[in-house]
Amino acid sequence: MSQDVLVVAEHLQGSLNDSTFEMLGMGKSLAGQLGGSCSVVLIGGDDAMVGQLGAADGVVRVDGEGLVDFNPESHAAALEAVVSAKSPRVVMIGYTSMGMDLASGLAVRAGMAHAASCIAVEGGERIRATSQIYGGKMNVTTDLGSGPCVVSVLAGAGPADVGRAEGTPTQENIAPPPTAGRIRFKGLVEPEAGDVDITTQEVLVAVGRGIGNKDDIEVAEELAEALGGTVAASRPLIDAGWLPKTRQVGKSGLKVTPKVYLALGISGAPEHLEGMKGASTIIAVNTDKHAPIFGVAHYGLVEDLFDVCEELTEKIEERQG
Amino acid sequence: MNIIVLMKRVPDLVEDLEVDDTGKALDSEYLKLTLNEFDDHALEEALLIKESGGGEVTVVALDDEGVDKMLFTALAKGADRALKITGAGEVDGNLQLARMFAQVIGEQPHDLILTGVQAADDRDGQLAPTVAALLEMPCVEVVNGVTPGEGRLTLHKEYAGGVLAEFEVDLPAILGIQAARQTPRYAPVSKVRQVQEATTLETVADTSGAAPSEFEVVVMTPPETGEGAQMLTGVEELLEILETKGVIG
Repeated sequence: MSQDVLVVAEHLQGSLNDSTFEMLGMGKSLAGQLGGSCSVVLIGGDDAMVGQLGAADGVVRVDGEGLVDFNPESHAAALEAVVSAKSPRVVMIGYTSMGMDLASGLAVRAGMAHAASCIAVEGGERIRATSQIYGGKMNVTTDLGSGPCVVSVLAGAGPADVGRAEGTPTQENIAPPPTAGRIRFKGLVEPEAGDVDITTQEVLVAVGRGIGNKDDIEVAEELAEALGGTVAASRPLIDAGWLPKTRQVGKSGLKVTPKVYLALGISGAPEHLEGMKGASTIIAVNTDKHAPIFGVAHYGLVEDLFDVCEELTEKIEERQG
Repeated sequence: MNIIVLMKRVPDLVEDLEVDDTGKALDSEYLKLTLNEFDDHALEEALLIKESGGGEVTVVALDDEGVDKMLFTALAKGADRALKITGAGEVDGNLQLARMFAQVIGEQPHDLILTGVQAADDRDGQLAPTVAALLEMPCVEVVNGVTPGEGRLTLHKEYAGGVLAEFEVDLPAILGIQAARQTPRYAPVSKVRQVQEATTLETVADTSGAAPSEFEVVVMTPPETGEGAQMLTGVEELLEILETKGVIG
């Protein structure tokens, strides 16, 4: 086992995602603590992506048919070939849709320790990783021991700027291993268009589980109308079919940056925060004073969202005459 | 098609969570457990597949206090069999749980295994890919729509920004379900009670020999919120802020 850190790059439709650069920033500092190097594993991808990975000590590429688009089977096999060849101390993988298809399987097959949903990793003789679990309500630090480990990193765990640099890192190619071909990529499906684009709105009234039932979304819609904004939502409401997918803010939804984000009855799970923490002003209304949303909000109000909605709508309408 | 749904109970996040005196775990005294919401979606998807093409749905969960109600509810919703894994002792981590589930899956007829994409207490990885690695089966996480075919199925995997990837997967396979094609159905209390009176849950003894995670928790704390939000006292103050930000006149 070396003391090196491998960061697994993630890309979709020709672009590396922020998570890659965030992990590269964290990975470099971790490699410093371990006295090793920090390289990026690029499966599929192209030369332009390598040029954006100047912060890395090296790029290990695996290319080939079946690796152009992400495939849970072939990309897992490619990553395992790299890990077996490089024998790293730490493999950092995004705690993302693609990363979830890689991390747990790698840990089991390569016999590595694994910490998921991580916001921090500390190196030394033993690795300690801090996971944010229970919907963002607890941070748990695990001692991953002195052997090799996999760390799945939450988006936004570190600043992307540190890992973002143009350059010409040294490249090494590893041949793709054969796979059984039991999973076949058929194509990408773009989200339906036609609804309002919540990424361009100045005011978003976002509703969460606290709204309780579908009919009550109307209360938020009235407030949004009074504010000249639009209603958005956290994942549970979309999964329940109460609002279209186009209104979803968060990890599997959209990233929004409105002037004002009014979060009603949203507890603030990391997956949601990922999509809205870039808003200029975040105002959270929740009856649970310990809700993690108050950690990222600029202003908070511990009250029933229906009372707040009603009173606020009424007062705004009064002002507008 | 034989479908197995792996279910687990997790702390109810609606409740306040407290750290116990060891500083390394949740205080179990006031802990309320509830079905992992994504497992409920996995069950719903399994029932939809069965309803469209036939088959049998078996739900499996670790025996603990309160699990019976969850399993009877699954039966009331339309599952055909419910299995409880007994004699497991102390359980810590998904790798250990995955080894137990893998043993049970190996002993049961199976074409498709569904479980929730993730759970609130996932500290050492997700259940679906962990079980899949142990059983050397294909696995896709973050799935939100399954269309079964002959010996294979087609599915959608969610990426960020609402983009979906379509995959074709050979069976047997394991999927981590993000959302079923429809909202998980509701089983009325009367129906659950009826099932409870007429049915006995099956049990299967854990012989996996799986041990709790060797990687110990060093410390558990609620996240530092930094400065956190400036707390307001009422709607009037909220109005002032909206005014300052130029949102209302």
